[in-house]
Amino acid sequence: MANHDSNLNYINEFKGIKSWLFSLDHKRIGILYMISVMFFFLLGGIAALGIRLELFSVGPTLMTADTYNQFMTYHGAIMVFMVIVPGIPAILGNFFLPLHIGAKDVAFPRLNLLSWYMLMLGAAMAIATLFIHRLDTGWTFYTPYSIKTSGSTALMVVAVFIMGMSSVLTGLNFIATVHKLRCEGMTMYRIPLFVWALYSTAILQVLATPVLAITLLLLAMERILGVGIFDPALGGDPVLFQHFFWFYSHPAVYIMILPAMGVVSELITTFSRKTIFGYTAIAYSSLGIAAVSFFVWGHHMYVSGQSETAGIVFSFLTMLVGVPTAIKMFNWVSTLYRGSISFQSPMLFALGFLFLFMIGGVTGIMLATLAIDVHFHDTYFVVAHFHYVMVGGTLMALMGGFYYWIPKMFGKMYNEGLARLTFVLIFIGFNVTFFPQFILGAMGMPRRYFDYIPAYESLNRISTVGSWLIGAGFLISLYVIIDCLVRGKKAPENPWGSKTLEWTVASPPPHHNFHHDPVVSAGPYEYR
Amino acid sequence: MMWMNLARAQSLMPAEGTQIATQVNNLYVFLLVASLIASAIIIGGMIFFVWKYRRKTANDKTPYMSHNTTLEFLWSFIPLVIFLGVFAWGWYIYHNMRAMPKDALEIHIVGKQWAWETQYKSGVKASNLIVAPINTDVKLIMTSTDVIHSFFVPSFRIKQDVVPGRYTALWFRANKLGEYHIFCTEFCGTQHSGMIGTLRVVSQQEYEAWLEEESKVGLLPLAQRGEKIFQVKACASCHSTADAAVKVGPPLFKAFGKTHEMANGEKVAMDENYIRESIMSPNAKVVKGFPQNVMPAFQGQLSETELSALVEYIKGLQ
Repeated sequence: MANHDSNLNYINEFKGIKSWLFSLDHKRIGILYMISVMFFFLLGGIAALGIRLELFSVGPTLMTADTYNQFMTYHGAIMVFMVIVPGIPAILGNFFLPLHIGAKDVAFPRLNLLSWYMLMLGAAMAIATLFIHRLDTGWTFYTPYSIKTSGSTALMVVAVFIMGMSSVLTGLNFIATVHKLRCEGMTMYRIPLFVWALYSTAILQVLATPVLAITLLLLAMERILGVGIFDPALGGDPVLFQHFFWFYSHPAVYIMILPAMGVVSELITTFSRKTIFGYTAIAYSSLGIAAVSFFVWGHHMYVSGQSETAGIVFSFLTMLVGVPTAIKMFNWVSTLYRGSISFQSPMLFALGFLFLFMIGGVTGIMLATLAIDVHFHDTYFVVAHFHYVMVGGTLMALMGGFYYWIPKMFGKMYNEGLARLTFVLIFIGFNVTFFPQFILGAMGMPRRYFDYIPAYESLNRISTVGSWLIGAGFLISLYVIIDCLVRGKKAPENPWGSKTLEWTVASPPPHHNFHHDPVVSAGPYEYR
Repeated sequence: MMWMNLARAQSLMPAEGTQIATQVNNLYVFLLVASLIASAIIIGGMIFFVWKYRRKTANDKTPYMSHNTTLEFLWSFIPLVIFLGVFAWGWYIYHNMRAMPKDALEIHIVGKQWAWETQYKSGVKASNLIVAPINTDVKLIMTSTDVIHSFFVPSFRIKQDVVPGRYTALWFRANKLGEYHIFCTEFCGTQHSGMIGTLRVVSQQEYEAWLEEESKVGLLPLAQRGEKIFQVKACASCHSTADAAVKVGPPLFKAFGKTHEMANGEKVAMDENYIRESIMSPNAKVVKGFPQNVMPAFQGQLSETELSALVEYIKGLQ
């Protein structure tokens, strides 16, 4: 049997570009996602560096105000819709969800490939707008500006619509996989916490994304056909758009962070060589966050003109999200207690995550507080807060997850010293970039500002210098990955001593994952 | 409460100009201190554990601890109580912000790309400038002519979106004389970051004197009156008048009487009729190198006298 040849794995069993582009193997599709998302991240990152460079000094320096607004828009839209939303679930989730639960593949492999093609189609359309009429609405497409601007709003929102459908299909696939394809003995309380996180995320993707799709279609209709839904000049209501938009985009924030929390749970237990503290609490807190996240969208709209009562209700519900989040923090720190902690690069990123997420969390409570948010709303305080959560949280976890699973994905070890250097650069660079932005926000500097008053200059300069450190960190990370693929030493089956199922198969795994169907008789973190 | 004053000095918020701002700062300082304590516990705990329990040998054994119900209840319940306390405190101040005072001095604000227009009940208008008396309740009734803007005075800790097609309102009672920034915090296009106004808090007498002086604008010579209108309509945010610097639109300094090339290649001499046409329907002839559909049309918004005043003012920019 070819499958039992120990030299054959999912990478070398089939050859040629077609065997990749038409592959139904969840691992290969994960790699396709990885390559495309890395490319999008590069685009979004260039836009970010451009933004910071323009803001280095008071006054117009590098570009015009319109160009700046386009940079700001593409940075946000690319990073949200093309990097962070698909990031962890589509790359690491695709690759490891079936391996984690002892399955041969996801439930619907063809649908899985279709999701990737839909992301590619949407991304191609989004990038096409760069060459038609560049968009300057910000990633939020607020009406009526998005209806009046000369940018290609309609094409862009249809692109986001298609990428959203990709996200729905991935979510559907994951839900079915978790329910139907667990191997013998793999009860719901024995699946790794990463799977719980992906499962909660998938529910959000399936339920929330269609609302975004409807909203964007309405916007496209208004733009193309002149139907008056959001534009007051046509009898519409611009604030209605905000309600619709955030009804998706707030849950989307948790689509972005929950998978990261799942990765961090895996990293902390592995590198502490100790079972996770409070498995059930962490699993259910993911579901709890997912559930409450549907009812907090109005906290983006305290000053939009919604009623005082609405503001109060949304503030109250938002405070509730803090509780399951705090539970996770306490559980992770407790897992460290009496562990055997090593400081390999994945763990450094996980600890970095805890540090940055703590700051992101407490500033989140400040923003949830009505009176405080009135001052901070749409200032750099908000920019700093969501970068601490989305970059300090999600990207740190994605990097940690990469370093953790690269040996399994490619069967090769990377240069640990350089990997640690990337952590130091990204972690320090991140704080240098974004911490000053909290202060700028408290001082009153609004976001999406091409230019600012001289009082804000010195902190903006510090922030720009930090962005160069982050850029250097990610460039070196790219080198680490390429160097690993070209020169890396062969990785053993289980380099970290982890207990989850993916580490019981060869590195890289064979095409069908497991030569024999695994049978599980204990939880995922049996370090005793 | 010395620590509170110390913390406030470090909070780096802009100077407080109202009682509400002071209330907001107190809550903010409380949250800062509480956040520092919470971070010290969690991050401090993390660093302590990571150091104390670092791997010593390759075969370290770790205890099997799955959960602890009492601990888990405590670290769910205590944060919940704190969060709800913060919520209630924030609600209290928010209610104060939202409860509009009776008998306030009402001023109309119109947001437009990219300026704030102020209209007093006496008929006086100003652009990017609000003059308000100290220790008086002032209510702003706001709307927009184009896209959503957001009216923000950092020193007063107040902010409200300004939405086309409806009125939103805001109030303040300034307790310190001075000039404060007004920012637009909702992205509104090219000059979003240039939509900066000044809120000038003056004594009651100065306020009345200012209103009196502004109401005499109608008696001024035509060109001077044109200059006022030019400022009130915020023409200066896009057209420079003192030099040839290019902003959003073509500079008007020494432009009158010269021939300009249009986007379609046509050459047009700038005379009274061209100025008139460019104000009433700006897209009719756009100077080469400048964008279409940026300047709003003033058709129906200016009287013949006001138009003549503007023409005279622009003619005089030599």
